[in-house]
Amino acid sequence: MTASPAVLGLVILGMGIVTYAIRLSLIVLLGRIKVPPLVRRALRFVPPAVLSALILPELVLPGGALDLSLGNARLLAGTLAGLIAWRSRNALLAIAAGMVALWILQAALPR
Amino acid sequence: MPSRGLEFLAGIKAELPILLGVSPFGMIYGVLALGAGLPAMLALAMSSVVFAGSAQFVGAQLIGGGAPGVVVVFTAFIINLRHILYGASVAPYLRHLSPRWKCLLAYLLTDEVYAVTITRFTRQPPSAPGASCPEWYFLGAGLAQWTVWQASTVVGIALGAQIPPGWGLDFAVALTFIALVVPTLTDRPSGAAALAAGIVAVLTGGWPYRLGLVVAAIIGIGVGLLAEGRPTARSHRP
Repeated sequence: MTASPAVLGLVILGMGIVTYAIRLSLIVLLGRIKVPPLVRRALRFVPPAVLSALILPELVLPGGALDLSLGNARLLAGTLAGLIAWRSRNALLAIAAGMVALWILQAALPR
Repeated sequence: MPSRGLEFLAGIKAELPILLGVSPFGMIYGVLALGAGLPAMLALAMSSVVFAGSAQFVGAQLIGGGAPGVVVVFTAFIINLRHILYGASVAPYLRHLSPRWKCLLAYLLTDEVYAVTITRFTRQPPSAPGASCPEWYFLGAGLAQWTVWQASTVVGIALGAQIPPGWGLDFAVALTFIALVVPTLTDRPSGAAALAAGIVAVLTGGWPYRLGLVVAAIIGIGVGLLAEGRPTARSHRP
């Protein structure tokens, strides 16, 4: 952690302003501007793209170096959580199972 | 009799089952924001200033990783772009309202509130005879979620202060993202978008200022559009 509370406060304010502007824009402007079809189509790819870009490095780059081995506890626990989320459609179950798997694997695997 | 109170209560009631699922995420957010190094007051402030779950998770994670403010704000912008569609979708039903009402309701337009409100609006259009005060329904659902989100954040912050770092709770952020991304992978283009973005993010993992994340997201979205645009891919769909 590096930034001061004042800087962090400004960052949070900036996040709030862009979020509110997005939510308010078309409620106020409807009829005056149109969302281009390409943007409309692109929007549904935002969640899978952004979330995967956040997830994959967390799983395969623990400590900054590529690790695709079976000794990578985060990769194994994350894969398990993904399978459970897919089969059960239960987000909280997937998170809980992934966390427990991480603890067990960290205790069991050689470092 | 047009009843604001009844519409308001109906909005709260419709939102309640969803809030059972939302409150654990508010708590997880509180725990993780502390873990990412946010002071408790700022972690709580984010829940009311931003009031958007996934952007808050990502924001806390990026801040914890030392990403510059511009990257954090831009990432929140990309993640919340989907709300443009929600605004466009509810706008016709709110057209008759005063600017003050529009400004208030826009603040409360989360994924969950949108889902509940648009269902009610399309079932009984506010312009139909006998319908009344749809804005109070929206307000009821929105304030219910706002209250639960703030309260669960406070609980999470209180819990987070008790949890030792050795538990690796930062990993719960990645797990939350995994649980959120799986339901969005509904077809081949969305899977292609996710795969491309993930691979680019790994390849650009060493880039400064987390800029690789922005590049990866944009490339992923482009790959999704390309995959969808191919006529063969489309004709396979029912």
